[in-house]
Amino acid sequence: MALLQISEPGQSQAPHQRRLAVGIDLGTTNSLVASVISGSATVLKNEQHEWSIPSVVYYSASGEPVVGSSAQENAASDPFNTIRSAKRLMGKGSDDVSNSWLAEHYEFDFDSGSIPAFKTAAGNRTAIEVSANILSTLRSTAEKTLGGELVGAVITVPAYFDDAQRQATKDAAALAGIHVLRLLNEPTAAAVAYGLDNGNDGVVAIYDLGGGTFDISLLKMQRGVFEVLATAGNTALGGDDFDNAVADWLMEQSGVSALPDQGARRQLLRLARSLKETLSSQQTAPYELNLGESLMFRGEIHVDTFNSIIEALFKKTLPSCRQVLRDAGIAKSDVQAVVMVGGSTRVPLVRERVGEFFEQTVLTDIDPDQVVAVGAAIQADVLAGNKPDSDLLLLDVIPLSLGLETMGGLVEKIVPRNTTIPIARAQEFTTYKDGQTAMALHVVQGERELVADCRSLARFELRDIPARTAGACRIQVLFQVDADGLLTVSALEKESGVVASIDVKPSYGLSDGEIEEMLRASMEHASEDVQKRALAEQKVEGSRVVEAIASALDADGDQHLSSEERSEIDALVASLKQSLEGDVSDNIKLAVEKLEAGSSVFVERRMNASVKELMAGQELSELERKLVTDTNVED
Amino acid sequence: MQVDFSNNYFELFELPVSFNVPTEHLDTRFRSLQRFLHPDKFASAADAERRWSMQAASFVNEAYQTLSSPLKRASYILSLNGISLDEETDTQMSPMFLMEQMELREALGEAPDAADPYAALDKISKQLTGSQASSADEFAQACEKEDWPTARTVVRQWQFLEKLGSEVQAQEARLDDAL
Repeated sequence: MALLQISEPGQSQAPHQRRLAVGIDLGTTNSLVASVISGSATVLKNEQHEWSIPSVVYYSASGEPVVGSSAQENAASDPFNTIRSAKRLMGKGSDDVSNSWLAEHYEFDFDSGSIPAFKTAAGNRTAIEVSANILSTLRSTAEKTLGGELVGAVITVPAYFDDAQRQATKDAAALAGIHVLRLLNEPTAAAVAYGLDNGNDGVVAIYDLGGGTFDISLLKMQRGVFEVLATAGNTALGGDDFDNAVADWLMEQSGVSALPDQGARRQLLRLARSLKETLSSQQTAPYELNLGESLMFRGEIHVDTFNSIIEALFKKTLPSCRQVLRDAGIAKSDVQAVVMVGGSTRVPLVRERVGEFFEQTVLTDIDPDQVVAVGAAIQADVLAGNKPDSDLLLLDVIPLSLGLETMGGLVEKIVPRNTTIPIARAQEFTTYKDGQTAMALHVVQGERELVADCRSLARFELRDIPARTAGACRIQVLFQVDADGLLTVSALEKESGVVASIDVKPSYGLSDGEIEEMLRASMEHASEDVQKRALAEQKVEGSRVVEAIASALDADGDQHLSSEERSEIDALVASLKQSLEGDVSDNIKLAVEKLEAGSSVFVERRMNASVKELMAGQELSELERKLVTDTNVED
Repeated sequence: MQVDFSNNYFELFELPVSFNVPTEHLDTRFRSLQRFLHPDKFASAADAERRWSMQAASFVNEAYQTLSSPLKRASYILSLNGISLDEETDTQMSPMFLMEQMELREALGEAPDAADPYAALDKISKQLTGSQASSADEFAQACEKEDWPTARTVVRQWQFLEKLGSEVQAQEARLDDAL
């Protein structure tokens, strides 16, 4: 019989509660949610017993949006209101949308908001809102299955997503009321799922061909540390393109030059998709589809024909494969394993050709559709604090170089691609004209030398520069990329100390105001009790803060705090605990803010002490000299 | 809270200031620092701790990247010794070196039209790799003797080689894209 554990009087702590956290694979075609249950990462099923839902949302004039399989049923009958592949438009502007095949399938409003929106019966919906609807559905599946409020989620994104696409994903999570523990790159998530199962050290390649995106990453694994060496890809290439190519072939074969409407196109695409799936295991696939007078599709397709149709599309993935090897300085023979991820790697030609390229048999042990969600769930469990002794550590990179526009439309690269994140880089610039007092900074992302060929991320202005002769001012621009791969830029004129700071709001993104407006609108439409929801979320956050501070105080509170300081913090903790008993979410929020402010000195002392400990063996006085801590410079 | 460990990349990695660094030690120390500092270890911590962790992890990444790359490490050692590499104040380069550079650039320009463009690029790459290895040796010697003027000249030439090396890679990428 197990003995009961009884804590010391006065030190009583609630028994360690498991924090509910999930991994979400928000895919172009399908989306999944997974969580670690009794020690193993499991993909969660919804009430219809599906572990994967189509990333499709149906908007009707009345009622709430319908997500998943039930939404997909409307694809043929009501194509304009049945939105799929919205992920392709995340973080994209009007030009990108006009050039995408989605422009032929849907009606867009390019003018009302700062980013294009699908025109639906329920009103305009941006890709961010469509994604938020999918995320909400996954969240509710998870909360029903796990039986409680989530503390957060790890959401996966293609490694090759740029800043705007990442920000859009984070915005969608905010709309869905999900706290993002981390944006995790899909190939890294897959490596986590494989790495822990196989326990191998070495360099692996992750080839990830999904419905709409392609990524290739090289990772070095060493005793639980996953270090991404290089990543490359194409965010507009995937299985959808295979389907479109097959649909075009079907039209050609049947002598059909045009289809009457979008509904017909959808049906043809559905046929193309099922043929693709059949040909993954069969040599031939018969087809028959009648879309009306002289719109008869009947025949048979051989796998060789299918292969020749998609060959050119597959080949588009190879330059990226060569690129990562070059960037990492790794020879093909150094790659110990090649992992296949994404539904499109079920296509035998893809497996075969990737194997030929890397000169080895590719790994397909874990279901390529589940592997990303599984890896994300494992990471979420660690980030939520359920595994304090875990060795797992992911060191990811920034996929595309970040730079600033300089005179003549040229790009000055500041953070090159494949730099390990988080990273901070400073660069000095100077004025161009005598007496110049303001400077516009244009942040871009991409590999090309001309601004016009890179992606515009944001513009901001530095004002009140002291008027001096050209070249006399020294303006230091600091790029900080966080662990989610998101960028913050700040600028400082060194002589005058003028500071300008922005969060990079994407040139193709939502403003804070727009996000608030959407949040409000979505809550008005939601049937659940909004107040209750906000309170529940605030309580989760409040409890997290209480726990974090309590464990820190327990560990070394007396070491770093005078009894006076300690009792001040204790009082703030007590008042937060009291507010958690109540039902006013604003009170909790206020108490959290007060506690975080009141404990900042303690936190700082702890961290500095930890660094000193880390650098043990060195003279303390020397360390103190090196460790400059300044609480006034913040923000 | 701002954490600034200025001028101690070597000390952070428990190494003496020297051009020769044991790679394995560097990697091991890097992993153990990040195991402690990385934002993933603070995902459920207070805001201030999360921000501190991001800054500290950024600093360790920068230090690791600097010490891992021979050229960056060499430049860093120069800066620790108060030697500036500022190109604008001093554009003097050895004529012999410049001549070699021009020849290599010419070869790079002609490579795409060669019978086997990859082989042509490979030849340039090998030559560059050899020159960079000599630069590393020369720098190590100058560094040991504390002959900073020579060390500085070596690093400036090395930067040229590195830049040309990245142009060779860019050319290779363009060839790949055209396949």
